[in-house]
Amino acid sequence: MRSSQSLGMSDTRTLASAKRMLRKDVMTCNKAVAESVKLCDVDVIAAYPITPQTSIVEYLAEFVAKKEIDAEYIKVESEHSALSALVGASPAGARTFTATSSQGLILMSEVMFTASGMRLPIVMANANRALSAPLNIWNDQQDSLAVRDSGWIQFYAENNQEALDYVIQCYKISENKKVMLPSMVNLDGFYLTHTLEPTEIPDKKDVKKFLPPYEPEYRLDPESPLTFGFFAGPDSYQEFRYEQQKAMENAERVIKEAAKDYYGFTGRKYSAIEEYKLDKKDTVLLTVGSVSGTVKEVVDKLEKKYSVGVAKLRMFRPFPFEEIRRIASRAKIIGVIEKDVIIGVNQGAVATEIKNALYGSKSIPVLSFIVGLGGRDTPPSTVEKIIKICENALEKPEKESYWMDLK
Amino acid sequence: MIVLGEKASYVKCRWKCEAGLSANRCWYYRQHLKEVSEEELFTSGHRGCAGCGNVITVRLVLKASGKNVVVVSPTGCTEVISTPYPETSWEVPWIHANFENAGAVASGISDAVKVLLRKGKIKSKPKVIAIAGDGGTVDIGFQSLSGAMERGHDMLYICVDNEAYMNTGVQRSGATPYGAYTTTSPLGQDTPKKDMPAIMAAHRIPYVATATISLPLDFIEKVKKAISIEGASYIHVLAPCPTGWGFPGEKTIELGRLAVDAGMWTLYEILNGEFRVTYKPTAKVPVKEYLKAQKRFAHLSEETIKKIQEDIDKRWAEAFR
Repeated sequence: MRSSQSLGMSDTRTLASAKRMLRKDVMTCNKAVAESVKLCDVDVIAAYPITPQTSIVEYLAEFVAKKEIDAEYIKVESEHSALSALVGASPAGARTFTATSSQGLILMSEVMFTASGMRLPIVMANANRALSAPLNIWNDQQDSLAVRDSGWIQFYAENNQEALDYVIQCYKISENKKVMLPSMVNLDGFYLTHTLEPTEIPDKKDVKKFLPPYEPEYRLDPESPLTFGFFAGPDSYQEFRYEQQKAMENAERVIKEAAKDYYGFTGRKYSAIEEYKLDKKDTVLLTVGSVSGTVKEVVDKLEKKYSVGVAKLRMFRPFPFEEIRRIASRAKIIGVIEKDVIIGVNQGAVATEIKNALYGSKSIPVLSFIVGLGGRDTPPSTVEKIIKICENALEKPEKESYWMDLK
Repeated sequence: MIVLGEKASYVKCRWKCEAGLSANRCWYYRQHLKEVSEEELFTSGHRGCAGCGNVITVRLVLKASGKNVVVVSPTGCTEVISTPYPETSWEVPWIHANFENAGAVASGISDAVKVLLRKGKIKSKPKVIAIAGDGGTVDIGFQSLSGAMERGHDMLYICVDNEAYMNTGVQRSGATPYGAYTTTSPLGQDTPKKDMPAIMAAHRIPYVATATISLPLDFIEKVKKAISIEGASYIHVLAPCPTGWGFPGEKTIELGRLAVDAGMWTLYEILNGEFRVTYKPTAKVPVKEYLKAQKRFAHLSEETIKKIQEDIDKRWAEAFR
């Protein structure tokens, strides 16, 4: 794991913001997420405990109790109800937040489709955790990737700073009239949620300027009654789905604009893919989330020996097809390192999406490396093995998919 | 519109009526009917069956509540008949999310209203009313409702009970009465109806009541009372379903009336823990009359009917002692 400092973030910071006195504390990712919610003037928070997310809603309970956040805090009886409560609160005009993980996310999944279909700008943090059975509370990314088709914008954080920054940007993106889709910030369970890192908290005034108060275009208002969540027959349903797709496409542009504005007052640059030592490299290691830190370390160590760089995927929905094609056009092989598997396909969801992006363009091998399921460690030695497999596969890949460190 | 007071209540006038007049001939009753709003906030053109009890329920609720409400409906007949895009029957703000979450959705709206008022983002405070079917209440929506009631949000939850899953074509629910035929209880429901109002009362919310659309003034009065109370309240209203129960559409009101007069359904309220019967039938009608009026009970043997009658007699004695 790397701190935000070692990611070269400070190098890109503008002089103006560097001069400003910024608050930087050492905190867990869960605290960082709660701090970001505090900055966003949230109106309604729905909370239900689940490991490893729990401390997010604990911090928020404390903030609300101390009146540091002026919000209603609904202690629901399940994750299904957590999201349902927000599906009520959001069209009533409230800015909303909830956090969950794993089983909780899957329990919510029905309502996730509804929230997106009703075009509600709800923001949620998901602490990535494996799915049962067998029951497992540790990290992988099967949970959020299982709901990839629910119509939610999905970001994946590598470190605490990214998680904090994404929550703030999510409100800006989701509430954009051209988007109006819910978004989810994913943080790796324990690797991030429970790990202390120095994290910079933006100035409240700056955030307020960046994120104006939520003014919904349509509300549940007795003065002008509207019907929400009606049913649509075969003559109109397909058009609603098409509108969702169009909104997701609009989100690509809006995400870039939000990143630009965000850079303006934080000096931290965000893009769909972070390229690390990627220039003129044969092997691209494509990573998602906290494992990126380890992979970067190994690349640092072996860059003289191998022609290898890192492409860190920060956003899975909308999927950055253009960027993937651009990266692939300069590379000879892509090794996707991911913590999930599609049973029956024997590859991860990210790898299949990369292949989807490359179909019809430059054909290079894409290998799926399944690592770290259920919280199994992904040490530098595993990454080294992956690099070697990719090097050997430059000529002719033996197979498409590798389960790493299988006992 | 005049608010019905305790003294002017129709219940009292029924007891006064020594001539034993039926409700539509009772002078007091007709007098009070005039006091009910003529405004229809649930418009015609909906897809409800002729004589649909759900539609009558919604109309009466909105007559009692007026415009300053937000209505939540889970999936079910009420939702499907009233909101085929691009049409709607709702003249008040209305939302449907899923089948099992009306309680949670309503609690979210209620709390959003609370905080937005506090922050000055909205000016007036609408009452949040959930109108849900029996499936969405006593079965699949049970957890969500229980959570909402226990948390005590300012909302009124109304269960429109037609005693089965009618939207999907008459399948048994936890609210289906003993003996009733449905497509999934072809031999007749073999368990008693779940006593949902009692379960709601166990949540110690300020107001729980039962009602039927066939005694509209009693129902309207209860809705008004529930709305005036800050906190969570629950009304369970029996709404006969011609399609699911098997009777002609013009008999809906009669059936609801028979259910009460036969003791199949008791009208009461529990205000801050105080139980009070709000209507006592002048004469007890044998349950056979109620059962024989519906196809769903057509298969019942004399023995079963006797068993049902005995059960009713016991409950009657308890309720009206």
